[in-house]
Amino acid sequence: MTYSFQFRDVFASWEFLLDGLILTLELSLIAMVAGLAIGIAGAAARVYGGPWVRRPVAVYVEAIRNTPLIVQLFLIFFGLPSAGLKFDANTAAMLALSVNLGAYSIEIIRAGLEAIPRSQIEAGQSLGLSGVQIFRYIIAFPALKLMFPSLASQFILLMLATSVVSQISAQDLFHAASIIQSRTFRDFEVYILVAVAYLVLALVFRVLFAGFYQLVFARR
Amino acid sequence: MIRELSYIDVLYMIAATRWTLALTAIAFLGGGIVGLLIALLRVSSFAPLRWMGGFYVLVVQGTPLLAWLFVFFFGLSIFGITVSPWIAAAASYSIYAGAFLGEIWRGCLQAIPRTQWEAGASLGLGFTQQLRYIIVPQALRLAIPPTVGFLVQLIKNTSLAAVIGFIELTREGQLTTATTFRPFTVYLIVAAIYFSLCFPLTQWSRWLERRLHVAR
Repeated sequence: MTYSFQFRDVFASWEFLLDGLILTLELSLIAMVAGLAIGIAGAAARVYGGPWVRRPVAVYVEAIRNTPLIVQLFLIFFGLPSAGLKFDANTAAMLALSVNLGAYSIEIIRAGLEAIPRSQIEAGQSLGLSGVQIFRYIIAFPALKLMFPSLASQFILLMLATSVVSQISAQDLFHAASIIQSRTFRDFEVYILVAVAYLVLALVFRVLFAGFYQLVFARR
Repeated sequence: MIRELSYIDVLYMIAATRWTLALTAIAFLGGGIVGLLIALLRVSSFAPLRWMGGFYVLVVQGTPLLAWLFVFFFGLSIFGITVSPWIAAAASYSIYAGAFLGEIWRGCLQAIPRTQWEAGASLGLGFTQQLRYIIVPQALRLAIPPTVGFLVQLIKNTSLAAVIGFIELTREGQLTTATTFRPFTVYLIVAAIYFSLCFPLTQWSRWLERRLHVAR
């Protein structure tokens, strides 16, 4: 059986792909920023907060990390309207991705904070550094350096996972692929093309993160 | 037709969980075989083999699992091969899990000091013998906690098979939603079932890791 690949029809709908790509990038970047913010606040609550803050954060982290993203997405998009909260697909996707990444970020950041030995902090105190100085030079910077690689790979995993939002018909890259598929019936071509697009995105993100690491952390 | 959500639906969802578990088992088995191969390629002393392994990991970890599922399920049919959701899912998950397990196990193999390999070589053991008698037994202990941790990822990711019509827990949830129109309750139950599968494994993996640190 011979099959001739025809990418022409697929490329003819490049506008769909471009729109999808833009939304995928938007969703990824918004989720990264929001996830990081949730991560920092949650980790601070878990490490420095009292039991009444620590426990709800722990429940949030475990609940999200032990359930699939697609179910979280369905809960927010299909489930919450019956509780009176109605979002369009793109907003629901953004919410679910941020909430999901937030839980993973909390764990990564918490582990980074806890990896700083107590003796380092005590050394800072004995040098007469103020609380702010200790946090900045002894806790925050080394901890960031430690957690950055894990955060970066979690971000890339999330970027790939954004493809799931096509299942609630958010118009991301993967959704564009299924539209083109239903119009041209070029299944193999379109999914391979989209897979390559994600691969390129993942590589670009990886290079950017590695560059950032070199620039900020590696020299010190 | 819309009907009330009842205990029967919950039982159906629990029953559908067996396909989630079956898919996880297949993915773990297939991914284990691929992963072992990849890990061995990655620690090989022959550079082109290492590059091959590295390229595989780069590609699979850089593409969404969903894309693999669609390529196998929709794509292969154009070659005249009719693919059932089972085959498409088994192939996709083996490829996906293979890349991640391969990386985990490579890390464990490389965590064993070089001197252990050299000690084996100085005793006159070949590459496979060094692996078999010296490296693997030590690496295995390191590998168990992260492997259990990855099993949690695998269980959660089997939910994606729902999109190609594979009837497991998430798909059963979708079907129940379609007949009862109670999405919030249904997906909460689905989430709770996933949680009850994953949380004990997460805790177990943490416990294993703590024990490993105490032992060292």
